[in-house]
Amino acid sequence: MSTDRTDVVVTGLGAITPLGTDVASTWAGLLAGQSGVRRLTEDWARELPARIAAWAAADPATLIDRVQARRLDRCEQFAIIAAREAWADAGAQDVDPERLGVVVSSGIGGVASTLAAYDTLKEKGWQRLSPYTVPMLMPNGSAGWISLELGARAGAHTTVSACASGAEAIGYGMDMIRSGRADVVLAGGTEAAIMQLNIAAFAAMRALSTRNDEPERASRPFDKGRDGFVLGEGAGMVVLESAEHAARRGAAVYAVAAGAGYSADAHHIAQPDPAGTGIVSAMGRVLADARIRPDQVVHVNAHATSTPAGDVVEAQAIATALGSAAGGVVVSATKSMTGHLLGGAGAVESVAAILALRDKVAPPTINLEDPDDDAGLQISAEPLELRARAAGPMAVLNNSFGFGGHNVALAFTAA
Amino acid sequence: MSMTEQEILAGLGEIIDEVAGVPADQVTPEKTFVDDLDIDSLSMVEIAVAAQDKFGVEIPDDQLKDLKTVQDVIDYVRRAGVSA
Repeated sequence: MSTDRTDVVVTGLGAITPLGTDVASTWAGLLAGQSGVRRLTEDWARELPARIAAWAAADPATLIDRVQARRLDRCEQFAIIAAREAWADAGAQDVDPERLGVVVSSGIGGVASTLAAYDTLKEKGWQRLSPYTVPMLMPNGSAGWISLELGARAGAHTTVSACASGAEAIGYGMDMIRSGRADVVLAGGTEAAIMQLNIAAFAAMRALSTRNDEPERASRPFDKGRDGFVLGEGAGMVVLESAEHAARRGAAVYAVAAGAGYSADAHHIAQPDPAGTGIVSAMGRVLADARIRPDQVVHVNAHATSTPAGDVVEAQAIATALGSAAGGVVVSATKSMTGHLLGGAGAVESVAAILALRDKVAPPTINLEDPDDDAGLQISAEPLELRARAAGPMAVLNNSFGFGGHNVALAFTAA
Repeated sequence: MSMTEQEILAGLGEIIDEVAGVPADQVTPEKTFVDDLDIDSLSMVEIAVAAQDKFGVEIPDDQLKDLKTVQDVIDYVRRAGVSA
């Protein structure tokens, strides 16, 4: 604990993912090595090159009030569900509303609502558009709705950086507390993008796995047989809180939200820099911001989406960033099970990293049958115990990268 | 065809339950939309559109803002239905 700045801790977690409708079921599914990937049997998928995806474990509209559901895009429904779980978990209901913030992001936002509204417009005219169309399609809709629900008045924000959005939201939340703008921040990311247009567009980039006949084996980060990512959906949320505020109310603390590191590749709009320079920078910056040494890091929840180019660059960058300490780090790629939640990924994977730290176990990376000839990293093919290797609190990192060249690394340390 | 007040009230109750989650049995003629039923202006637009579909009468925006109570809508639909 530092004396020259405000320490931030994690006091609540929430998630809805392809593996479960809450944190406990998601974490159990991750440790059990379950795949959430399924065949797409819908008519709209028939002509697509990629006909697999990881739907959430339940239709979110069935988990919230009927009237609220019709006013929310599916990604906003996920966000509300995960936010409620995290908020109840934190038990911080007495926080001053002027000191409570929300940072919730999405990579794409309400694209399903946009498309449905366009169909209505063309077929029935503007008069038939829902008056909630704009709040459903705007990417900041989730942040707005959650701020309404919690009465959060310190600020409601949305950091959009494609697949790094959820992680960036958590970093922004830490900054809100460190800079004195808030005592408590609900932060995370959400996505609901499994639909014809998105799959077609990602397929047009040749970014998706087309292992259509083996859905559960399609997402295989770090495996030589990988051929692209599998689209997933859902949301993850954390409640961040100043350590002082949490201590004052006697809150249970999962972990210290120790730091964030950012960089931009400035290399290509959608391809990784083969040198991994930006990733190494972000990882170096998170260590500095969190004031930890590489040998304190026991686990990295990698971005590792299962694309041929991306995974190898990240593996090399992790090795470079952690140097001689890299060999003792357990690296997990949970997208092997959840698929890629885009703007929800960084948040769900932060939840996983925090629970790995709490339970001292790294989740497996499934489908790792023929690993890359990597840079000497220990990638978990099965759950692995995490042990401290050096003095100081154990630390875990979560990497998230997004099209546009955004790199975000987050650090959590043992409470 | 002209609907009775009771038929319009029942139809409105269904719409308001669907759009705003207010149980139909609470939708009684004297209730005001904003204060009694807690229905905001966006939901009023949804209700007006649904009412057009259900009752076959157009409710222009400049008329909609004058419809403060459930009875106001019943009266409007009956008048519009007669003249249509």
